[in-house]
Amino acid sequence: MTPKPPANNPQQLLEQMLLIRAYEEAIVNGSAAGRMPGTCTSVGQEAAAVGVVNALAAEDLILTNHRSAGHLLARGADPGRLLAEVMGRRDGYCKGKSGSLHISAKELGVVLTSTIVGAELSMAPGVALAQSMLGRPGIVVCFFGDGAACEGSFHESLNLAALWNLPILYVCENNHWQAFVHRREAMSREHVAEWATGYGIPARTVDGNDVFAVLEAAQAAAAQVRESGRPCLLETTTYRTRGHLEPDDQGYVDKAELANWLARDPITTSRARLLADGLLSQAQAAAMADEVASRIAVAQAFAEASPFPAADELTRDAYA
Amino acid sequence: MPTLTLYDAVGAALTEEMRRDHNVIAFGEGIATKRHELVDEFGALRVRNTPLAEGIIAGTAVGAAAMGLRPVVDLLFAPFLCYAMDELVNSAGKLRYLSGGQFSFPLVTLAMTGAGWGVGAQHNHNVEAWFVHSPGLKVVMPSTPADTKALLKTAIRDDNPVLFFLDIGLLYQPGEVPAGEHLLALGQAAIVREGRDVTLVSYGKTVHHCQQAADQLASQGIAAEVIDLRSLKPLDEATILGSVRKTGRLVVVHEANRLCGIGAEIAALVAEHAFADLKAPIVRQGGPDAPVAASYPLEQASVPSAEAITDAARRLCST
Repeated sequence: MTPKPPANNPQQLLEQMLLIRAYEEAIVNGSAAGRMPGTCTSVGQEAAAVGVVNALAAEDLILTNHRSAGHLLARGADPGRLLAEVMGRRDGYCKGKSGSLHISAKELGVVLTSTIVGAELSMAPGVALAQSMLGRPGIVVCFFGDGAACEGSFHESLNLAALWNLPILYVCENNHWQAFVHRREAMSREHVAEWATGYGIPARTVDGNDVFAVLEAAQAAAAQVRESGRPCLLETTTYRTRGHLEPDDQGYVDKAELANWLARDPITTSRARLLADGLLSQAQAAAMADEVASRIAVAQAFAEASPFPAADELTRDAYA
Repeated sequence: MPTLTLYDAVGAALTEEMRRDHNVIAFGEGIATKRHELVDEFGALRVRNTPLAEGIIAGTAVGAAAMGLRPVVDLLFAPFLCYAMDELVNSAGKLRYLSGGQFSFPLVTLAMTGAGWGVGAQHNHNVEAWFVHSPGLKVVMPSTPADTKALLKTAIRDDNPVLFFLDIGLLYQPGEVPAGEHLLALGQAAIVREGRDVTLVSYGKTVHHCQQAADQLASQGIAAEVIDLRSLKPLDEATILGSVRKTGRLVVVHEANRLCGIGAEIAALVAEHAFADLKAPIVRQGGPDAPVAASYPLEQASVPSAEAITDAARRLCST
């Protein structure tokens, strides 16, 4: 399997977001029913992932984190193999050893996923260094959150990338939540982009719930990295509408703030816009929802049928 | 045979491996300044100074290694590895396994440690056991320039992350180093002196203390066998067990804190697999559970001496 070509029409962007939402809801439901482990979902952040990933070329490399479903699915990951991984099954992308938290899929260019907040930032310069020293064309895209931006690795990474002219597109998904702490309690500035400019790195903030705006901003930023060979940062402002980790009663979340963001749900708003612009009919929207539901049902059946890893996998791949 | 210091043996190994493989790169805290001859030969892209930021140095090595380069990074002093623990332990050590074998991490981390310069505990802390305890990593600590060169060349060619510790006290000691291509497998201990009465197992500078102890013991009619582990993971269990089965007595010696040190593992290994061959209890000698002082006599007192090793071995041989 290779990375999916970028969407060439707005309907495909909507469909990708629907697939991500349905995939994560299947995990949420499976987890509530005791059939799957709990995960960190990206519900509410789909536009930020889909907009950026569809701005990339096949040779570009992605580093991501524990909230990775959107990046992987937008890149063309098979939801069946992803669910198998979440369920610890043999047919998962990492043979069931990763679970949901650190899924890498080298065949898709999604490399070195880490669940340690900020670790993706620490590894990105090395990946980019290899790309440039080995003469490979792809740029490196590093997804992280506002929580990771408060780690030292963010600042060390940006400093080195600027110093060594590394082709990295840093993408901060500012989702307002650092585990159970609101970003207001943790960040000295309103936006991560402000910090990037301090390192001489061009940075831009975009509405992360508007998939079309994210796509356009990411295309421009990726082009800038490609042409200059130097890092850029794109901050997508969005909101984690579910908890940190399923299950989570979100008792700590301000209800008015959550309601405000739910009213700006990226799927609802982009579907409404496509309908209003005549780019999607009600019948097409319904067919799209059915298609996504059926893909997830097939994926779930595949994952549930996949065996657990054999006992001899216990120590395999600990060493090369 | 040419004579090199351990420090120059590192440079010789780097030079040979960088000539052999264009994917070998070196970066770290001052490496391009202190080893400018590498910059002269291989250029400023392959040999780089870095900010004094161990986390991003190690993380960059991890990312580069996964994508096809073979980085050697110099983090200067072993206690600085605390800043690089996530990158070395959580990323380099775990992401191969957690990804189902999609990546390998051929990288070498150089760090100095040990008594000798009176630099105190934030520059002198023998932390090698931490990394032995962390899966996915290999750990090497040589005691001679010849072994340093041969083991470093092998470590650079290894597809796993290797922690390579350099003993400060040995850094400028000269030693004979075979000319040309000379490699040593990781996990192969050396029997540096044969004996039938007691086994002294060590690594780093205390190997030399064990050899001095063996000289003293010989003058008292006791034949000590001295084993230099050279690599702590993989550990050459067969050589240790073979020796103890022959001598029936074991003293394990290291400069690192005795508590949960490598010596504890070796003692347990022997108790599990060669208990019936033991003629006396196992003795461990190591540093105290205290940070190392800068003051010269206190620093030296944290290292097991040849006299202490001699006394321990003699006591064992009298039981």
